[in-house]
Amino acid sequence: MSAQPVLANPAASPGRKRRRQNSDGLPAALPWIGPVLLLIFAIVIFPAGFMIYNSTREISQSGIDQGSAGFANFADVFTDPNLPRVLLNTVVWVVVVVSLTVLISLALAQFLNKPFPGRTLVRMAVVVPWAASVVMTTTVFYYGLDSNYGIMNAFLVDIGILDSPYGFTKNVIPALGLAIIVAVFVSIPFTAYTLLAGLQAVPEDALEAAKMDGAGRFRTYFSIVLPQLRGALAVAVLINIINVFNNLPILRIITGSIPGYQADTLMTYIFKVLQFDRRVDIASALSVLNFAIVIVIVAAYVKIVKPMKEL
Amino acid sequence: MATIAPGPATLPPAQARRKRYGSDQVSGRRMGLRMAIGAVVALVFLLPYVIMLVGSLKTRSEILAVPPAYFPTEGLQWSNYVTMWDTPETPLPYNLVSTIIIAVFATLLVLLVATPAAYYTARFRFPGKTVFLFLVIVTQMLQPAVLTAGLFREMLVLGINDTWLAMILINAAFNLSFALWIMHSFFAAIPKEIDEAAQLDGAGKLTVMFRVNLPLVWPGIVTAVIFTFVSSWNEFAASLVIMSTAENQPLSVALTKFIGQYATSWQYVFGVSIVAIIPVIILFALIEKRLIGGLTAGAVK
Repeated sequence: MSAQPVLANPAASPGRKRRRQNSDGLPAALPWIGPVLLLIFAIVIFPAGFMIYNSTREISQSGIDQGSAGFANFADVFTDPNLPRVLLNTVVWVVVVVSLTVLISLALAQFLNKPFPGRTLVRMAVVVPWAASVVMTTTVFYYGLDSNYGIMNAFLVDIGILDSPYGFTKNVIPALGLAIIVAVFVSIPFTAYTLLAGLQAVPEDALEAAKMDGAGRFRTYFSIVLPQLRGALAVAVLINIINVFNNLPILRIITGSIPGYQADTLMTYIFKVLQFDRRVDIASALSVLNFAIVIVIVAAYVKIVKPMKEL
Repeated sequence: MATIAPGPATLPPAQARRKRYGSDQVSGRRMGLRMAIGAVVALVFLLPYVIMLVGSLKTRSEILAVPPAYFPTEGLQWSNYVTMWDTPETPLPYNLVSTIIIAVFATLLVLLVATPAAYYTARFRFPGKTVFLFLVIVTQMLQPAVLTAGLFREMLVLGINDTWLAMILINAAFNLSFALWIMHSFFAAIPKEIDEAAQLDGAGKLTVMFRVNLPLVWPGIVTAVIFTFVSSWNEFAASLVIMSTAENQPLSVALTKFIGQYATSWQYVFGVSIVAIIPVIILFALIEKRLIGGLTAGAVK
């Protein structure tokens, strides 16, 4: 795999020769990469394996392993009456948040790529929700839309959108809608910046040539800019899918006061089972299901984006 | 939706600026329009934090008033920033200390572990290098939330559940790959001839890395450090399950305890949030230029 780009680029071949001379074998490399391997094995690979193992065990609420459960935990998970709703919520959550995020970010990146006085300041403002804790950002929306004292609710009444303050966080559908808005809000900065990076790689002369040929703005965008953005777009979409799929704090805060599991995604459901029911075995089986989905997305990432092509 | 609505409120200052530019430049009208849109965009993204700041300066009765007032009417309560540290919901001073210790040590650990690996993989070939880098990329796509059920049990078995050490290790491990990746791309951009010249002078690999390379790759290191720090500072999912003692919890987890209370002390929630958010915003602003492209180093090209 690593040889591929070298072969594709003849200019790189002298470098390849030199690099081969530099190879001292694995024992010489271990002191340099060993600590990384140790940390990845201890904190990523081992817990993943341990989680899979736990999903086949029966574990008491106090955490004592009571022997093998076979696939009973998975049988419980797949016959769980809450699962269909939770999976449906998860799909809606991911699809709506990621599509809205990408569409808005495409426009925003296009705008932030144009020169104007104060552009740096606007770009900095866009970074803020990315740096700020998602928990803290979400609390503002939760407070702001409180049906009694929320000032966003009051504002919606003042400008005439609402007749009276509405309890957004009290009912399943509006709460999910609000959570989606918050998720889009915190996902836009990373996405816009990734797309901005892609836009800066669009060759200036291609844009000028299109102008010369009399192509309109939309024509230029769809036939020149968008194809060039394909790489950045693939990265942005896949990383967003992973992040949104695994997001916990937004839904936990906004839909947290809704009883039952009508507003849960797979991730918030796992944490409820883990924290409130204290069922590590069932939570592990659910996590394995979740992990399998993540692995499929990561595989798609590796296949589509080919992050190794640079090596 | 609610965040977009207040847009028109910013138009007057933007229009004033538009006039000034309009007289100076040929494309002034268009520039003015862009600035106006820019101001609206900036306002939309800053609005929740403005609400946070204004809320942190209200009295308890003001912030719970029905109907609410947009701005404080009883003067700005800067004293909230003093009194907020002593609330019954959670021991906030401890939470702040926990947050700082976990983020600082996780960042140091990442730096210590990722820098040599980034240097070595950028400079030398070794059997299994592709597998190693593949492992790193796959880790980059994972998050503590995905493995929390396994991590929770593992920390229990190791006897370090509910300790700073557990969260330092977890934050370090999950931010390692990004740090390694970005430093790798910076090391790889330095011509190898520099290393070879130093080696001819008899310098060992460690000396070459520290004395010759590090001074050249510091922008990459700063980016990696800030990114790891901010992400550890804001981590929520694993801390929520692993840190069960109130004193040990980081701010991200501690603040959720205020939510759902009968009469939440929002002014304190927001005061603490402002204190926790401002340093990370400053750090992120420092690497703003490198956020374009640097984050997806290797993938977007």
